Amino acid sequence: MMIDDSDAPVITLHDAAVSLGGRRLWSGVDLTVHPGEFVAVLGPNGVGKSTMIKVLLGTLPVAAGSVSVLGHRPGAAGEQIGYLPQRRNFDASLRIRGEDVVRLGLDGDRWGVPLPFARRFSAARQAADARVREVIELVGASGYAHRPIGECSGGEQQRLLIAQALVRRPRLLLLDEPLDSLDLPNQAGIAALIHRICREADVAVVMVAHDVNPILSYLDRVVYIVGGGAASGPATEVITTETLTRLYGTPVEVLRAVDGRLVVVGGPEAPALHSDRHDHHGDRHEALR
Amino acid sequence: MNPGFTWNIITDVQWMWSLPSMVNAFRAGLAVALLAGVIGWFMVLRRQSFAGHSIAVTGFPGAAAAVYLGLSATLGYFGFCIGSALVIALLSRGSGTGVGERAHSSALIAVVQAFALALGAVFLDLYGGFLSSTSAFLFGNFLGITSEDVLTLTLVAVVVLLVMLLIGRRLLFASIDPAVAAARGVSVRTLNVVFLVLLGATVAEVSKFTGSLLVFALLVMPAATAQVLTARTGLSLLLTVVIGVLVTWFGLAWAYFGNQATGFTITSLAFACYVLAYAAKSARRHSFRPEVA
Repeated sequence: MMIDDSDAPVITLHDAAVSLGGRRLWSGVDLTVHPGEFVAVLGPNGVGKSTMIKVLLGTLPVAAGSVSVLGHRPGAAGEQIGYLPQRRNFDASLRIRGEDVVRLGLDGDRWGVPLPFARRFSAARQAADARVREVIELVGASGYAHRPIGECSGGEQQRLLIAQALVRRPRLLLLDEPLDSLDLPNQAGIAALIHRICREADVAVVMVAHDVNPILSYLDRVVYIVGGGAASGPATEVITTETLTRLYGTPVEVLRAVDGRLVVVGGPEAPALHSDRHDHHGDRHEALR
Repeated sequence: MNPGFTWNIITDVQWMWSLPSMVNAFRAGLAVALLAGVIGWFMVLRRQSFAGHSIAVTGFPGAAAAVYLGLSATLGYFGFCIGSALVIALLSRGSGTGVGERAHSSALIAVVQAFALALGAVFLDLYGGFLSSTSAFLFGNFLGITSEDVLTLTLVAVVVLLVMLLIGRRLLFASIDPAVAAARGVSVRTLNVVFLVLLGATVAEVSKFTGSLLVFALLVMPAATAQVLTARTGLSLLLTVVIGVLVTWFGLAWAYFGNQATGFTITSLAFACYVLAYAAKSARRHSFRPEVA
């Protein structure tokens, strides 16, 4: 039996815009995300991609338009949202086990301390232990979850953190550049993992990404943000020469390599041109965090 | 009064505990080790050792000022330690865990510390040479503890540990993973302020016995040793407290029979534990490496 709202959109943005410090970061975004869909937020560095996540979390208000997350205003459905912030790696000397970090995702916001030896007589504690084991298994981290997280590799840490975001069975997963600072095989592995979770657990995923290629084949929809404006739709319609040229306001060409990878040529990824066109964006972006 | 060490452990202990001041020292040692262990464990985890050190250093002018004004040194320790903890907590940006935030707060902490030391020198000068007290402020006096001291210490320990019981899990979350904790509704910044105040109270209380400079023997060393030995949260905390209590008690006995300063004996034992734990861990890692490779 399906629940009534199981097919209702997880996220609805209508003509949404965000300003920060009096400056319009992006505007005119229309987006609908259904359960089990995988959406990427793309764009050059420093245009405020992460502000999309902040809007959905409810920590940043929209300047115009409307936003609804899981049928409520943003911030009202926090229990059902898994969030993976833009990452720093854990300090190599941090002596806390990976499974304990995952565990904090489940009950870290509770007052008090866990009772010692409670797992012998508390059914709730046993259920929590089982859930932590299950989600660690799901992301394929069972082999190293018992090790101090600081000693795990970047890819291993990222899998554990995804487990942490998933441990409460969220209906929406917000990921801020989860592939950043990973090597190519790990990028492919994590991308495939997120796609599998998205489909199997029927979780809607919104992922901020700098490079679309590792996730291109999995995406249902993209939002492409460029200083001030934005476009959304299926990847094949948005990441095109015409749309990006219109967004950037300067000639940009999208090339498709023989293996299907997209290459954007003519400006957006070139740091010199980028910083010429968008002064101080880097500074603004820092201020957001 | 002190017959010296005889290798007859039972009579030795009976002798030692026939003195009320030694019994008080052992009681105080237990409370101090428990308090310093739990707070120190979180301080090491949160990389706030520098903040803890500065708070401890401000205890010195606090005690000197209180004595100069004719108040009790305890009042001075508490006022200045908690005051500096609040200054550090409220003036540092954000949660104090980001890179820029950390740089900002470490500069701020250094400013507080330097000013505190200067103030301490001024108050000592005003009072006019009480060198024996200076040494006690800096290196502690575990053997002159009264029953009232033990009572105050126990009260502070109970209050601080009760607060830690209440906020423990949230504080752990906020310490390891501030961004996610904040998104889950944990007030990371408030917890930082609360923790620094608890650290201030702990440091003030522990300083009275170990002095401002040797607080770290009990705040950092047992926690650092335990964190080298295990990554299991509960076990790590338990080990910290056990190491702290043993180091303090054996340090007191050594000081009593060897006529050494307690600051020296306790610190040496804690240091030895850390070195042993570190050596054991490196040895194990080196012996495992060939199998892995």
